[in-house]
Amino acid sequence: MKSSHPRARKRRIKEGLIETGLLAAACSSVAITFAILYILVKESLNFFAEVPLFDFLTDTQWTPLFDDAHFGIITLISGTVTTTLVALSVAVPLGLTIAIYISEFASPRLRETIKPILEILGAVPTVVFGYFALIVVTPLLQKIYPDLPGFNMLSAGLVMGIMIVPYISSVSEDAMRAVPMHLREGAFAMGATRLRTALTVVVPAAFSGLAAALTLGCSRAVGETMVVAVAAGMQPNLTMNPLQPAATISSFIVQVSLGDLPHDSIGYKTIFAAGLTLLLITLVFNVIGFWLRQKFREEY
Amino acid sequence: MTPQPATTPPELKAQARELNFHYGAFHALKNISLPVYNEKITALIGPSGCGKSTFLRCFNRMHDLYPDNRYGGEIRLFPDDVNLLSPDVDPIEVRMRVSMVFQKPNPFPKSIFENAAYGLRVRGINKKAELEEKVETALVNAALWNEVKDRLQEPAFNLSGGQQQRLCIARALAIDPELVLFDEPTSALDPIATASIEELMLELKEKVSILIVTHNMQQAARVSNNTAFLFEGDLIEYGLTKELFVKPHNKQTEDYITGRFG
Amino acid sequence: MKLPETQNIIRRQRLYEQLFIILGIVALLVALMTLLALFTRLAIDGMPRLTPDFFTNFPSRFAERAGILSAWVGSFLVMFVTACAAIPLGVSAGIYLEEYAPKNRWTAIIEINVMNLAGIPSIVYGLLALGLFVQILGFGQSILSAGLTLALLILPIIIVSTREALRGIPGGIREAAYALGATRWQVVSDHLLPYSSGGVLTGVIIGLSRAIGETAPIITIGALTFIAFLPSSPFIAEFPFISFKWVLDPFTVMPIQMFNWTSRPEEAFQFNAAAAGVVLLAMTLLMNGIAIWLRYRIRKSIKW
Repeated sequence: MKSSHPRARKRRIKEGLIETGLLAAACSSVAITFAILYILVKESLNFFAEVPLFDFLTDTQWTPLFDDAHFGIITLISGTVTTTLVALSVAVPLGLTIAIYISEFASPRLRETIKPILEILGAVPTVVFGYFALIVVTPLLQKIYPDLPGFNMLSAGLVMGIMIVPYISSVSEDAMRAVPMHLREGAFAMGATRLRTALTVVVPAAFSGLAAALTLGCSRAVGETMVVAVAAGMQPNLTMNPLQPAATISSFIVQVSLGDLPHDSIGYKTIFAAGLTLLLITLVFNVIGFWLRQKFREEY
Repeated sequence: MTPQPATTPPELKAQARELNFHYGAFHALKNISLPVYNEKITALIGPSGCGKSTFLRCFNRMHDLYPDNRYGGEIRLFPDDVNLLSPDVDPIEVRMRVSMVFQKPNPFPKSIFENAAYGLRVRGINKKAELEEKVETALVNAALWNEVKDRLQEPAFNLSGGQQQRLCIARALAIDPELVLFDEPTSALDPIATASIEELMLELKEKVSILIVTHNMQQAARVSNNTAFLFEGDLIEYGLTKELFVKPHNKQTEDYITGRFG
Repeated sequence: MKLPETQNIIRRQRLYEQLFIILGIVALLVALMTLLALFTRLAIDGMPRLTPDFFTNFPSRFAERAGILSAWVGSFLVMFVTACAAIPLGVSAGIYLEEYAPKNRWTAIIEINVMNLAGIPSIVYGLLALGLFVQILGFGQSILSAGLTLALLILPIIIVSTREALRGIPGGIREAAYALGATRWQVVSDHLLPYSSGGVLTGVIIGLSRAIGETAPIITIGALTFIAFLPSSPFIAEFPFISFKWVLDPFTVMPIQMFNWTSRPEEAFQFNAAAAGVVLLAMTLLMNGIAIWLRYRIRKSIKW
């Protein structure tokens, strides 16, 4: 029933305006996505007008600011992949073990103490982790491998790994805690230990959440900038050897941004092409994560 | 009337003796003594919160999973006359002998086959032929084999609620348990699925001993041999089902089974 | 009990379980010890530099005379812009998605999009800001550009926590208010927002603590790293006594100052970096501590 009373009309108009305003705010997130795509693609198109895509993908050198400029993104990807692999080899086992331990073994009191501490670990600014990698971890590693250079991907990757642990453990733990108790009791009643129940019932039941945690960890590691920029050195280096220094996609962007580049220079355009590559890589992880969540959706 | 040969008294499978149970400060079970006979169905009835599920869950030490629970008294399991509640007895070993079917069907997020085989794998049985044989027997005994034999590798979640519950029964049977606990096994099922589970229990009685908690008095009357009525943590009355439901000795039992409260 | 073979199996299973528990504790200790080592090292290196002068001096070529005045002032101003932009936008978007949005494909797209934004690396936001705020909109390498960049970055955090806080309010409250003749906005503004304010605030603080430590996107917009002056004052002598000239001024922030000192080869600057790290860490931990405490209090006090 639509009242024609002027007060009711005024109220309807006001409600309509408010709803439109809120809708606009919600749409701003979509606008951000389009803006990101627009800016990156636009500047990258300028870049690819000067550098053939083929060279970008196949060249094995990355020297965009030299006179003899080469634009082989594979060089930066190798650094990104190596640091990511080192980080994940620390973060995945640690994060999942901690998640299983907290969710299935720890007493409620221990859980309530540990979760805020892990949260704090996740809140430490990345530049502080960078300092830690450079000043503490690298000298420590040099005691084991005296030949290790002062800047190296191993140290950066290890610290990144610890940094990502809270992300993986908290998302995984949430997923495992969401598994209903009666499912666990089914396994306990069959004589399974807590560990067996955790591994054979809880982990499979929480699989979609664990997949989300792992993909989140991957995209964090791929996009992480400051630890690598501080501790891994910034010279492009086509290698998968973590004992070497190398630049990643993100640390290259930082390095270029530290200088003062004119708007229309090739260096300026390069960082957008690099950024687009980075965005595409993280997008792949997000899509994989989304697909896994859909495929293994919980249906206890 | 020709005189019947004196029937041998039924053989004891388990016996609760002066069982007490505390949840923290709450005295949930008070001095309960109750026999469970071999190859018979013993039903526990009583209003919500009377302690019947708590009592049932003492038999496989499920309470050990949560802090602040305390047992007193004993539950002896025969023939070896061991006290299931003794601190020296490993709850996991208890659960390997006494299996359980839950209120809500709780199949694992695995295939039908792996669900039925779960208890066997826990016991370290991993040979394919042995697993297949035991899983088939269990599924046949749970009256599920014909429905699932062509799709054993499908996820158990694809089954209907009644089928899931029968799968959970198969899971509990696959390990040749000495005693099977049913905790209101049909309360989450529709009437048709309930009828098929009740029929199944009557068949199982020939092979195993069963202790069942039920909210549904008709179900207790239909399937059980013996019935115990619990109220506020006390065992009010215990006897043959046909006698207890026809002429209860206790006023409270009578009020409950005639539906005056509960 | 007479089941010797089962007993062996149980013993083995129990052993695995014990080993896992040890593994779990070791994993936790690795994480906690790293955190502890980080705190101690930073404190040892940085504490001696934390004199009052350190907070009131500008950066300098001489390590022992350098301070973080411009950095902490910059951080505060940038956070102010970030909060002004991100809170209204994020809370409004959260309210729309939780209370207004019809369950259709467009809403699903917005939701997936918010999730996706949360997974985009911060440096990509920096590139967006460089292209959009600095170049197209012409805000330059200013406090405004930096504040807006960080606002976009933390928008998903605020949206998600607003939605979670609203979701925690039982439907009965909404129905009770509607039954008294309230309009949708009255239900939201008179009931839902006040009741969820604690949860929203927690999300806002977590978001801002993330923003205050972000370095990469601010470097990307080309923020200078050597700033030996303060932005223009927001308070002026003439009417209207408040000026917004500062939003377009160049600036530096704490994490950039720390990064700058970290990348100097001289050891004396490392100590400055550590000292800046202590201050930065104290700021983030304080904010996180408040958020954790707030969440704890909400959970204790509200029993729907």
